[in-house]
Amino acid sequence: MSEEIEKLYKDMAQSIIDGDSDISVDLAKKSIEMNIPPLDAITKGFVIGVNYIGDQFGAGEAFLPELVMAGEAMKAAVAVLEPELLKLGEARETMGRVILATVEGDIHEIGKTLVGTMLSASGFEVTDMGVDQPADKIIGKALEIDANLIGLSALLTTTMVRQRELIEELDKENLRPRIKVMVGGAPITRDWATKIKADGTSEDAVGAVQLAKQLVGKA
Amino acid sequence: MRPKLTLLSDYIIARILAEAYELLLRPGIKVQNEEARHLLKREGVVIDADTHVAQIPSSLVHRALESAPREFYLYDYHGNPTVHYGGDSVHFDPGSSGITMLNPDTLEHDTTETEHLIRLLKVAEQIPQYDAQSTAVICHDVPKDIQDSYRLYLALLYSKKPIVTGAFTNKTVQEMIDMLALFAGSPEAAREKPRAIFDVCPAPPLIWSNFGAGNLIQLARAGIPAEIVSVPLAGAAAPVTMLGTVTQHTAEVLAGIVIHQLAHPGSPIVWGGAAAIFDMKKGATPMGAIETAMLDCSYAQVAKTLGMPTHTYLGATDSKLVDAQAGLESGITAMVGALSGINMISGSGMLDFLACHSAEKLVIDAEGIAMAKRMIGGVKQHTDTLATGFYDDKINFKGGDFLKQKITMKLFREEQHLPSDIIDRNSTRQWKESGSLDAFGRAKLRVKELLASYRRPELDSDQTARLHSYMRDLAKKAGLEELPRLEDLEVA
Repeated sequence: MSEEIEKLYKDMAQSIIDGDSDISVDLAKKSIEMNIPPLDAITKGFVIGVNYIGDQFGAGEAFLPELVMAGEAMKAAVAVLEPELLKLGEARETMGRVILATVEGDIHEIGKTLVGTMLSASGFEVTDMGVDQPADKIIGKALEIDANLIGLSALLTTTMVRQRELIEELDKENLRPRIKVMVGGAPITRDWATKIKADGTSEDAVGAVQLAKQLVGKA
Repeated sequence: MRPKLTLLSDYIIARILAEAYELLLRPGIKVQNEEARHLLKREGVVIDADTHVAQIPSSLVHRALESAPREFYLYDYHGNPTVHYGGDSVHFDPGSSGITMLNPDTLEHDTTETEHLIRLLKVAEQIPQYDAQSTAVICHDVPKDIQDSYRLYLALLYSKKPIVTGAFTNKTVQEMIDMLALFAGSPEAAREKPRAIFDVCPAPPLIWSNFGAGNLIQLARAGIPAEIVSVPLAGAAAPVTMLGTVTQHTAEVLAGIVIHQLAHPGSPIVWGGAAAIFDMKKGATPMGAIETAMLDCSYAQVAKTLGMPTHTYLGATDSKLVDAQAGLESGITAMVGALSGINMISGSGMLDFLACHSAEKLVIDAEGIAMAKRMIGGVKQHTDTLATGFYDDKINFKGGDFLKQKITMKLFREEQHLPSDIIDRNSTRQWKESGSLDAFGRAKLRVKELLASYRRPELDSDQTARLHSYMRDLAKKAGLEELPRLEDLEVA
């Protein structure tokens, strides 16, 4: 590998660590001009940065704004490279398709948005339906896009029961284990997740990425 | 805008000063040091031959206040000015001269020896909230004659920060001045960039003891900074009223400044103290009492009127354990000290009326200090518009919108103090997973980490050799053949 390309990969990783979308986009464009395979640009360049900042966050060395900005810079870079991938007929290997939503009657979404940012930065296709979403709508959307995974958020003890309702609905329709469910939110404990037969829960966005990878068999 | 705490009106401050000048004349100041009396007499001060009470006129005080510097710095090992005495600068250092240390496992107050002081030095060295070290505890494993010098010796070996120290005799203060000169290379070098400052205490009420006044004179002549630590006890060794106590404090400090400046005009001197109320139930001197903090805030205001650098004793507790009382007394009083703009606030880490030190408390107190420093950082305007500029075309009316703004990443560290793991902001589950610890439990872990990560500063080998040999000589003269062995330090 030429020194120039090596430096480009390093700069790519750094642009993600710095959370700088302008630079990550420029570098993505530059890699196309240099005829670097877009998949290499992602996996040898940008992803290194995402992994680094994720590890730093897990170790308490990086903070939420840095994590989110890294995710945004990643998304922006991938958006530049994706058309090139399509042209070449080689899609970026997706980690899986995820639906995210906050349950009906609940309007909290900061945690869910973070999870979405981190999942898409890690190679998942994320459809974030937003807040206050009834179970049937979520399931409908999941079937529509052939989702592997539903991430359900609830911040209130009064709305967390909706997570159980959705899982029961999926079971009734025999949609599991085809569609896995992960639950999250401030009041959600592992006990709760077990009790309602969810496939897993995580306390934070970095842990949610790990969990999602496990659930789609790509950990 | 920087928040400030003031308790006294200009009118009251003027009256405090006026009455303090009266106290200097009547009843006067008892000066138990012959040389100090000589310096005063030379200026025409009337001194009673039997009682040694001096009547110090305001003209002499004015002259002393004119020659005393309004600001100066303490320097680290590398010669960088890192502690600023003057204006409203605020620094914290661990309390000094404890005689016991909390054993984190047995919760006993162990008599302090070399290993305890080294442990405290190692911990404080790595905590950024402490701008200076202190000679924190007395090492009872060396003879009394060399205990003062020995504490400074250890601080010089194990730290690069400036040092707040002190001496309990005229002999040891001279030895410590010599030690600093030897370490710096010459007396001039030690004076030019002072590494240490010495606490010097008058005795309440209105007494400058033989060793107190003697120390002032020696330090002034050496040009090594001195910090007057006047300790009026409201209701016992000073008037019961706060204003009465602050006035006595003012008179004691002014008398000290006169003696100090007569010995050498222009030498650095600090308006400090460890004023406290006297507890009428237990006969104790509570350092964590709010009135103690109020006395300190008040005398600092008097000092600031005169433009003098300031010191106080706050951030300590009277509790015997690192418990809720320790947290609230230390945190609240550290906040009062910071809001009062006091240049050096000593006392962190200390329990039990300043008798007992705790490394665990030092790491917890650092968080209180960080909060106090954040507080005096104030609410700042970082952006041209206060809010409207944040709502650009990317706003989706979603809760996470602002996390995605570059300015958030740029400014969050300035706007928010990011606490260490001492402060628990975990979810209940995370907290349980990390051992369900309370602040003391977390502090124990943090101290262990700090002791493991500590590296002794690399010092010039000639310098350390001079230091060792000087200390060894002092020890020999005191009848000690061998100094205690120091871990990770080969003494040639």
